[in-house]
Amino acid sequence: MRALDRKLLRDLWHLRGQVLAIAAVIMGGVATLVMSLSTYDSLGVTRDRFYGEYRFAEVFASLKRAPEPVAERLRALPGVEQLETRVRAGVKLELEGFNDPITGLLLSLPDSGEPLLNALHLKRGGMPQAWSADEVVLSDSFADAHGLQPGDKIAAIINGKRQQLTIAGVAVSPEYIYQIAPGSMFPDFKRYGVLWMGRSALGAAYGMEGAFNQVSLTLARDAREQAVIDRVDAILAPYGGTGAYGRKDQFSNRFLSEELNQLQTTATIFPAIFLGVAAFLLNVVVSRLIALQREQIAILKAFGYRYPAIGWHYVKLVLGMVLLGVAGGVALGAWFGQGLAAVYMETTFRFPYLDYLLNPGIVLVALGVSVVGAVSGTLYSVARAVRLPAAEGMRAEAPEAYRATLIERIGLQRWFGAPTRMILRHIERRPLKSMLTVLGISCACGLMMVGNDQKGAIDFMVDLQFRQAAREDLALTFIEPTSGRALHELAAVPGVGYVEGFRDVPAILRFGHYHYRSAIFGIEPEGQLHRSLDHDYQPVAVPPGGVVLTDHLARNILHVEPGDMLTVEVLEGSRPVLQVPVLGITQQFLGLSAYMQKDSLNALMREGHVVTGAYLAIEPGAEEAVYAKLNARPRVLGMVANRSAIQSFYETIGEFILFYNLVATLLAGSIGFGVVYNSARIALSERGRELASLRVLGFTRGEIAYILLGELALLTLAAIPVGFLVGTGLVGILVLAFESDLYRLPLVLTPQNYAMGATVVIVSALLSGLLMWLRLGRLDLVAVLKTRE
Amino acid sequence: MMNPMPPDQANAVFVARGLTKVYRMGEVEVHALRGIDLTLYQGELVVLLGPSGSGKSTLLNILGGLDAPSGGEVRYLDHTLTGASESELTDFRREHVGFVFQFYNLIPSLTARENVAAVTEISRSPMRPEDALALVGLGNRLDHFPAQLSGGEQQRVAIARAVAKNPAVLLCDEPTGALDSATGVVVLEVLEKVNRELGTLTVLITHNAGIADMADRVIRLSDGQIAEEHRNAHKRPAHELSW
Repeated sequence: MRALDRKLLRDLWHLRGQVLAIAAVIMGGVATLVMSLSTYDSLGVTRDRFYGEYRFAEVFASLKRAPEPVAERLRALPGVEQLETRVRAGVKLELEGFNDPITGLLLSLPDSGEPLLNALHLKRGGMPQAWSADEVVLSDSFADAHGLQPGDKIAAIINGKRQQLTIAGVAVSPEYIYQIAPGSMFPDFKRYGVLWMGRSALGAAYGMEGAFNQVSLTLARDAREQAVIDRVDAILAPYGGTGAYGRKDQFSNRFLSEELNQLQTTATIFPAIFLGVAAFLLNVVVSRLIALQREQIAILKAFGYRYPAIGWHYVKLVLGMVLLGVAGGVALGAWFGQGLAAVYMETTFRFPYLDYLLNPGIVLVALGVSVVGAVSGTLYSVARAVRLPAAEGMRAEAPEAYRATLIERIGLQRWFGAPTRMILRHIERRPLKSMLTVLGISCACGLMMVGNDQKGAIDFMVDLQFRQAAREDLALTFIEPTSGRALHELAAVPGVGYVEGFRDVPAILRFGHYHYRSAIFGIEPEGQLHRSLDHDYQPVAVPPGGVVLTDHLARNILHVEPGDMLTVEVLEGSRPVLQVPVLGITQQFLGLSAYMQKDSLNALMREGHVVTGAYLAIEPGAEEAVYAKLNARPRVLGMVANRSAIQSFYETIGEFILFYNLVATLLAGSIGFGVVYNSARIALSERGRELASLRVLGFTRGEIAYILLGELALLTLAAIPVGFLVGTGLVGILVLAFESDLYRLPLVLTPQNYAMGATVVIVSALLSGLLMWLRLGRLDLVAVLKTRE
Repeated sequence: MMNPMPPDQANAVFVARGLTKVYRMGEVEVHALRGIDLTLYQGELVVLLGPSGSGKSTLLNILGGLDAPSGGEVRYLDHTLTGASESELTDFRREHVGFVFQFYNLIPSLTARENVAAVTEISRSPMRPEDALALVGLGNRLDHFPAQLSGGEQQRVAIARAVAKNPAVLLCDEPTGALDSATGVVVLEVLEKVNRELGTLTVLITHNAGIADMADRVIRLSDGQIAEEHRNAHKRPAHELSW
């Protein structure tokens, strides 16, 4: 090994405290990148593999009822590869010991053998016996939420008739990875389940013998999806078809894609911020570290080394730190990534398995960004040091030029003793360096705020949604459009305080070449329970004769403004195509909605007073009685309880947020500590001699600590308000990046947010201060008398 | 415990007996001091002469409370320095010792006046910083920062800083080591003046034998022992020195 390389290793060892602190900064940035991107890649790859292996269909269509021979005409269509018909029905479920309303979806399985499409991955148990009438396969999320096992019984109200079903198996389907009850906003594993049972038994129960009401198909290799959809629609229209749709609009898949998009945003924005900040900090820290090597660089120069050789020497030193950080970051990120993917799989992506994938490209990106940040800082400092004549570099540095600070020049100097003046002048002497330190510390504070932002934003969002907009205790859906008289019957149920009907029409909304498949909600214009909100989050009445759209739907998906004319393709009944004006835009963070006055919608549909469901306010304490009463009514398809929706939302997302916050806190904390510690440590190197001189002159350890740490404290305090600004900016970027169909995050920063940001900085400063205090106790006073450095 | 003092030691400031100092450098033991007996008196100007490695700096550091001996005893007036705690040594330096370093060690962010004030602010009965600087001939450069002063001027500020607290002893480690001969003489003149006017015991370390002529007493160290000690019958004034 060459002597210089040996020096390198020893320098690394000698600087180990700072090496670790610098590595911690890199590690924080790299781990965020690796965690987020590897999770994203893994979930995407797993989804594709799962879809492929379990033959997830590509086009889906629902209809009222068609005799089985119609399927042959569909199979014969050009572009169709495989096609399967099914019977599909809504069901209410009952479990002993669980009193909330449970909604379910029943799907038919072939009476014998495997389904052709949308196959089931059995996690436990088996498929129902051939031709069995009372055996079902249960979706795993529902089974797991209630601890149900094969062999257990579950009661179902099938077409008004109560029936005991036996669980044959527990399975995952590519079609129902993401499950949401109709009328609900979030998955609720306890209160919504999907069941599969034999075709003949299900057909008999719903009067569907020899008929079907659902079709799934895959496309031939060169088929155009839209062409196939049009042909299927043409055939199914007389049978009450509600319009075929591709995977893009398939409910579970659409939500998974949205979640994945969101995750991709997280996976790019978050690491970009973390790694960007880390690279910047690295640059600052490394350039100061190398600046301290001035004398050594002069000696190397005196030996006859040239700039490239010296530069390379220090680049190697810094690369040592970078490699340590990147390696640690990749390992930590992969570990966190697997944890994050596991949490995701429990809450959202219910894949039966995970292909964890760490793309080497990610590691290269992490390495590249870190190396650029570090090496540029190194070369800058080495170049500066090399420019000095060697003799000058080795000579005692001339005392740096100081002057009285502004505060003193305006006559305040008598308030400060010599130590305080030293602090102030030192800060003013190097404004750029002081600024960079402040900026670095404030970045750590900002990162911490970003990492903790989601909780506050989601609390705000949920509060707004459920206390201002959707205030009902129960949302109830009828099996089919029903006369408004049904509302009076509901109001008469003991315990029901107030009833508001709604009319919900499935439709495709079109404007220009933009479209969105959703529904139009007819609500009471001056409703007390379900209301639309204006930009100040105040309830605002829906005007008559047109639609009011959620801002994200209007601006970012359909690109319409109030006054534009929207084309509405109704997906039920005679499927009219209507022109409806956009009258306003409503503020809504959860989901997307198109609202109309119920009467206007009824008029548009050329129907009388018709409702498809109702919002109910229930008197406190009467919930269970009301659920039981309504559950027994055959016309009631399902119910969603508002409070349980909130609960399930928190259960679902709580674990994820907890994990993410923990990781973000850890990483932002490590970056914060790395910056603060390095600032303190470098300040000590730069001023060690000065401080030791003072010790020799009789200053106590406390007095010199005041000079060193006073500066750090001042800079840290200055960094906190700046950090709040940085954090607000970063959260703003994140809010913009996070807009999706599922939810938009409001720009909300809670006091806890600020407190967390300030805390990480202050704790890092205190810890660094403590370490510096210990180091000050080991200052070599004797060396100061003799040597210059 | 205090040994009974010989009568001629009534105005002794430092009494050192049997001082040894052993450094362990890896496997090797370095004997920096091998049994030094020394008494320093009030008002004396003592030059400690010796080549590098003779132990003179180690001796100075021990006298100044910066280092502890491995064996033997040092007494300052009626205090025993050997075995004193870190904070007692800090107090000792703060109240009684003035240091002058080879490389001045001024605080670059403080003006001449403030460099002196930094020390007077923490001592019990100091002189005014302005008076201390006038004493070293820098009454007209009070508000200059170190960067605005020459090397000789910086060293004179350092001396003003050392004497401003009215110390009992002024310890100077190669005070002219970083200066050219003419500037060095000016600095020595200041030390001479301080010694004469304030009566401060002044101990001056140097390897430059030319400086020895201005001393009351010259102690030559070699290999950690006192090789030779003599009094100058005729002190030469500093301005006559040159090297």
